[in-house]
This record gives sequence, structure tokens and C-alpha cells, in this order.
Amino acid sequence: MYRTKDGDEIFIIDGHVHLWDGRPENWRNVHGQQFIDCFYGYHSFLQPKDKQWAREKFYHYGAETMHDDLFVRGYDDMAIFQPTYLKDFYVNGFNTLEQNAVLKAKYPDRFILNGAFDPRDGEAGLAQLEQDVETHGIKGVKLYTAEWKGDSKGYKLSDAGAQTFLAKAEALGIRNIHVHKGPTILPLNRDAFDVADIDDAATSFPNLNFIVEHCGLPRLDDFCWIATQETNVYGGLAVALPFIRNQPRYFAHVISQLLMWLGEDKLLYGSDYGIWTPDWLVEDFMAFEIPEDLTQETGAKLTLQAKKKILGLNAARLYGIDVEAQKAVLADARRPVAAE
Amino acid sequence: MAAGPDTPRVLEVWARLDSVTDPELDEPVTELGFVTGVEVAGDGGVHIRFRLPTYWCAANFAFLMADDMRRAALSLPWVTAATVELGEHMYAEAINHGMARGLAFRDAFGDEADDDLEALRRTFILKAFQRRQEALLRHLLEAGRRDPAALRALDAGGLRGLPADAPGRRLVDRYLALRDALFGASGSAFVDTEGVAVTAEAWPDHLAGLRRVWINTEFNGALCRGLLAARFDEEAPALDGEPTLADFIRRARRDICLPHPASERGENAQDHVA
Repeated sequence: MYRTKDGDEIFIIDGHVHLWDGRPENWRNVHGQQFIDCFYGYHSFLQPKDKQWAREKFYHYGAETMHDDLFVRGYDDMAIFQPTYLKDFYVNGFNTLEQNAVLKAKYPDRFILNGAFDPRDGEAGLAQLEQDVETHGIKGVKLYTAEWKGDSKGYKLSDAGAQTFLAKAEALGIRNIHVHKGPTILPLNRDAFDVADIDDAATSFPNLNFIVEHCGLPRLDDFCWIATQETNVYGGLAVALPFIRNQPRYFAHVISQLLMWLGEDKLLYGSDYGIWTPDWLVEDFMAFEIPEDLTQETGAKLTLQAKKKILGLNAARLYGIDVEAQKAVLADARRPVAAE
Repeated sequence: MAAGPDTPRVLEVWARLDSVTDPELDEPVTELGFVTGVEVAGDGGVHIRFRLPTYWCAANFAFLMADDMRRAALSLPWVTAATVELGEHMYAEAINHGMARGLAFRDAFGDEADDDLEALRRTFILKAFQRRQEALLRHLLEAGRRDPAALRALDAGGLRGLPADAPGRRLVDRYLALRDALFGASGSAFVDTEGVAVTAEAWPDHLAGLRRVWINTEFNGALCRGLLAARFDEEAPALDGEPTLADFIRRARRDICLPHPASERGENAQDHVA
């Protein structure tokens, strides 16, 4: 919970968090090391110097550190797990639904569990999805369309296989499809920034919400155009938001474009924890004002109401969270510690 | 017999490599610190070693840069053969193998590689053209040239002849180099990606479009530069503590081309960073 100077309470749902195991003993091969080291590069670049972690901590910060960073030292009230399996690189997987479920069991009111699927897994993948919904009641999935798999150099949501999975997901009660369209984490052949397949899927599945993580950057203009056409397309701010500290002018341009094209009802905050931590991200975002000259140019305004929506209310709507009821639940959970 | 590291031939190759840019960042691979070594054999064979910001950098861009470096070296009349070697990259083996045999991307990566690398190259050249124009226009506006009609009336020669300080001169030269290569040396200075002069009505949309290109490319550009610094700074101590010739050349070039510390972020970033 973030409180403004005027005592306004802002309920915060972090749309993008991870609990990973990047330790050497979990590396299956050199890719495992290179993957976590690349993440560490992101951390070293945009996490403020005085809040940076040693590499060993970054490899494995553990469940309790995560809980405290998000909900005690940070302002998050709830957080959405977005899994990244990478079983080809990590013996036990990098950041899986099963691992996340352990923390969810301990703090059931804090976390929302999301799953994942890959259309190239075929029948086995469909069966797994069914089982994940049954076991964990997931309402969302995270997809990596640019991922290389065997001989495949990625897939598109418009592919027949992907359409089968989306139909299955909808039938199982899944509502939110988070799609990674942003910086290239895995190597690619085709243009993985291409967001055109989102348009196709969003039209074919009007009852699903498509949250484009990292806002389709660096294809922001294409993404904005599609999101304007489709009422069920959203933008996730993970990775774009951390620019707010050392390149605020750049962040102002990005958020202005997003507000102008998508509007404040279609954007979701995400820290991408443990790459970055929610404490400074939320503080900076709450303090942020779009420079006057940019407002004149685009007409975009980042009001307090817009900030509330982006930081929590929009995600609450997508995941069916009753914010007032949830506040009461969390307040009860805190009471023994708060000792008021 | 290999020539010594400081022979004129080695320096000639380095000079040619200055013309090779990262397609996304539009900055020379030499200034970015990607090139780690150049060797020249007695028979005119050249071997170039390079590295990238991450192990995961897109294979197609890596292949493009390797191919461009090979071509740049081969453009020297005395070069008999050129090989390029990428280090610490997920697809280093496929790329190095492809380079050694002069394969096309498609052949180096097998049937699954469905990219048209030439189309990709063209796409990114046009993006670079737009970025350079945006950076230049922003500079001119900040320098007080605020009359859109006067800017639109400039032809390429007129732009070249404008009085400019050193940073302004670099922006003009870089823009015109690409503009001339794409659309010839005559005509309006400021044209769209088809080479057509921008009309008065279209001017505001043209500027807004350039701005969006900058926002798009700067996102990846900023990440690349950040990751590059994080990866290479860490690895620097591993080089036996002794700077290599490549380090000296790179540093010397930076000092000449980019006199302000802030400009190491690249001209576009510098223009916009608050």
C-alpha cells in the first residue's frame, strides 16, 4: 500500500514478478549461466546503484526476501507470478508454476499464480494446461512467442496451433494472456518484436484479454495502433518503467505515447522483480510528472487517478480482485505485526 | 607470417570497420567496443574478432554485422581473404562456420531460417535514416532554426553549407551520408523514407513519426548500451590487466569523435536524456 501525502491509499498489484533459481547447481549447461547473467546485466544497468545486489544474491534471493522486498520494503499489495520454464537451461526449471505455488500456499492473499503454454507442445501441452488449471486455478498465462524450440525459431499467435491453445485456455476459464513482446531474451530469426499476431488473436478471442508485456517496445507505434483497434489489448510496463530513474525524459515520451493511444485504463504496472525492486519504482512513478512541453505536444496527462489505475485498479479488474475486500483481508493479515 | 599489431594494414582494416554499424543502434561497431581484435597475415588474409552485449543478442543481427565486417575488410584491395569470429554467443558456432564458408544466413542456420536478411538490412537502414534526421532536426530547432518553411526549403547542398559547431557538423555529415546513399546527392534536404520532400501539411505528422521511431529504437539502444557496459566492464580485468591495441584505438577514436563524456551514450540519447 502506498499512501500519498494527503493520506490517499493506493492499492498496488504488481503485474510481473519472478522467483527464480539461477544458481550454478541448477544450470543444465552454459545457457543457464548466460541467461541469468544477462538478467544481471539489466539489473546492473537500471537498478539504482545503492540498491544493487551482489551476483550471488541475484542468482537466488529466496522466497522470504522476495516477500519482504515486495510487501514489506516495497509498496506492492499483491503480485502476479509470470513463470519462465527454460527446462533446456535449468535442471529444475528457472521459475516455474510449481515453485511459485509454494510461496502462494504460504501467502495465499498476496500472490496470483499464472501458468504458461507453448503451442509446439501439442497434445501433451494441452493436457498439462488442463492439469495446471485444475491444480492451481490459474486465470492467466505468460507466453514467449520468440522462443526457439528444437528446429522452430518461434511462433505466432495467429498460427493454427496457437489458436487451438487459446481456445482451450478460454474453455478452461483462463482470461488473461500475457505475451512477451519486448527486448529479445532468446535469440530470434524472424522479427520477434512484430506485434501483428496480437491483432489477429485479439479479434478471434474477444473474451480473452491480451496483455502485451514491455508494451511491444521497440514496436511501440505498431502496438499502439493495434491496441487502439482492439478493446481487449493492454500494455504491461515491465522493463519500460525502470527507465524512469536514469532516463526520465525518455520514460516521459513512452508513457505519453501509451496514454495518448491506449489510455489510462489499459496499462499495467509491473516491477519484473527480482530484476528490479518495487520500492523505488513505485516512489518514482508516484512522484512522476510529464514535462509541460510534452503534455502540450501530446495532450497526455498522468493524473493521480491514472496512476491508481495503472498501479492496481486495472489489474484488479482483469483478475477479478475486489479491492476494498482485499484491503480488509490484508489488513487483518497484518494486524498482529502492526499492533495498533 | 603475421604482421605486427601496429602495422599500417591493421589500421587500414580498423578504418574500414568504422563504416560498419550495429543495425539497431546505428553506431559503428568499433566505437561500441564490439571489435576486439584484427590480425593481418603476410598473404593478405584478415581475421577479425568481435563480441556483443549479451550471449543472446539476435542471431540475425549478429550475422549481419559479421557479414558487413567481412565485406568491409574485403573492400581493401590487398585483402585476399577475410574471416570473422564471434565470441561468447549462443550461435557463435553457426555464425563463425557460416562466415568461414561465406554462407548466406539461410544456409548457415538451416532450413528453419526464413529471414530475408537483405529486407531486414533495408528496414534498419531506413530506421537509421529516420533517427539521424530526427537527431539533426532536434539539434537545428534547439539551435534556433525554428522556421519549418526554411527547413523545408533547404536542399542537400544548403544543409551541407550551414554553419555548425562540431556536434552539429557531425549530425549533418552523418545524416547526409545516409541520405545521399539512399536517395542521391540532390533535392530537398529533408525527405521521407521514399525520398520525397515533406510538404507543409505533412510536416507535423512527419516530425511525430520521427519521434516515434526514436522512442522505439532508443528503447533497445539504451538496453544494449547498458548491457554492453555491464558485461564488458566486468570482463575487463580478465584481460591480464594490459589494455590491448583495440582498447587504445577505441579510446583514441572516442576522444576524437565524441569529445563530451555524455555523448558516449550516442547522439540520439544525448539529445533526449533529461
